[in-house]
Amino acid sequence: MSVETAARTISEAWDEIVVRVLKANKVELVAYVPDKVLAPLIKRVHADDFFTVLAPAREEEAVGIVAGAYMGGKRGIVLMQTSGFATLPNVLASLAVPFQIPLLMMISERGTLGDFQLGQALVCRTMRPVLQSLGIEHYAITRMDEVEFIVDSMIKQAFMTQAPAAMILSPLLTKKLAI
Amino acid sequence: MTANELKSASRDTARLMNRSDLCRRLVAKLKQEEAVIGGIGNSHFDLWASGQRPQNFYMLGSMGLAVPIAFGVALAQPQRRVFALEGDGSLLMQLGALGTVARHALKNLVIIVFDNGMYQITGAQPTLTSYCTDLVAMAKGAGLAQSVWAADEAHYEELIDVALKGEGPWFIAARTDQQPPAGVTERDAAKIRGRFMQALGASR
Ligand SMILES: Cc1ncc(C[n+]2csc(CCOP(=O)(O)OP(=O)(O)O)c2C)c(N)n1
Repeated sequence: MSVETAARTISEAWDEIVVRVLKANKVELVAYVPDKVLAPLIKRVHADDFFTVLAPAREEEAVGIVAGAYMGGKRGIVLMQTSGFATLPNVLASLAVPFQIPLLMMISERGTLGDFQLGQALVCRTMRPVLQSLGIEHYAITRMDEVEFIVDSMIKQAFMTQAPAAMILSPLLTKKLAI
Repeated sequence: MTANELKSASRDTARLMNRSDLCRRLVAKLKQEEAVIGGIGNSHFDLWASGQRPQNFYMLGSMGLAVPIAFGVALAQPQRRVFALEGDGSLLMQLGALGTVARHALKNLVIIVFDNGMYQITGAQPTLTSYCTDLVAMAKGAGLAQSVWAADEAHYEELIDVALKGEGPWFIAARTDQQPPAGVTERDAAKIRGRFMQALGASR
């Protein structure tokens, strides 16, 4: 990491870094179903003309749109929380994986480390087993100094290898710092 | 001519047509390398059987996502007309997508629904449309003003002509019969995707 990058990472919020990395990788389309942790990122992409931002009714629909856009030559990402990810195994197994689509997913990890919503807590346990069983590359981002490297390298690998990728926003990054 | 000038039939008065025939009639009109997404169910089988254009994308699962996929392609390529061919059962599974299409009003997107009132491919079990549900009314309710029932084959062709020229999005519903599809799609996902992207001039 260059001195300049190191200095910048400290002064930037995680969502600011994500936006910068998405832009650097020409990821123009953002489709999301809202989540409170993702709210600052959602606000930021809405405020930036570089992005085409969509809020479809379901995460599955968002995956279909981003997959279609990729086939038409436009790069996109789906933002969701863990409960949204839990609605996706079918589309991942029947579209993203077999058709080798570099579907970028950013998942806010809910239901762990002090989340008191029982529904979130149980749904959360299904995420990694699903990702593992489908052989989908996934990594949790836990610290500020990891954000740029993980997001940037996972995006690049997804497009180079034509495979979906799941970037998990851990509460260690999004919650611990906020408290 | 706009869809408002074209009269819509009602679901009750619309003639029962043949999906395979309607696919061939559509494909015969495609001269500008238009993209077509064939939904799961028999829609993609009949699209395949109508001639394997490289600009066709055949879904091998992901029930209900023909419209979102077509929307994504249309968003990425505003100069190209994009068609989604979907069955009634599949459309019912992802109705929110109609709202997304209406909200973003892509001019180059056309949705064609083959409403046979059943999940034909899984054994012809009735769908909601065979009881009380009207997909054109639902599309209008979602905000798609240009939504019509095709009265018969001639009207269907007229609607396709309008959709190829005028500003979308369009929602064209056709009632279809119980005939089996005219072919079976090759199930090679990587090949389907690679050929489709090449035909669309999209680099990986
Ligand atoms: C999520 C999901 N549920 C169920 C199925 C099984 N399935 C595959 S095609 C189909 C019926 C499709 O019906 P429709 O879209 O009306 O097309 P048709 O078969 O009538 O041409 C069903 C239920 C599936 N593939 N995916």
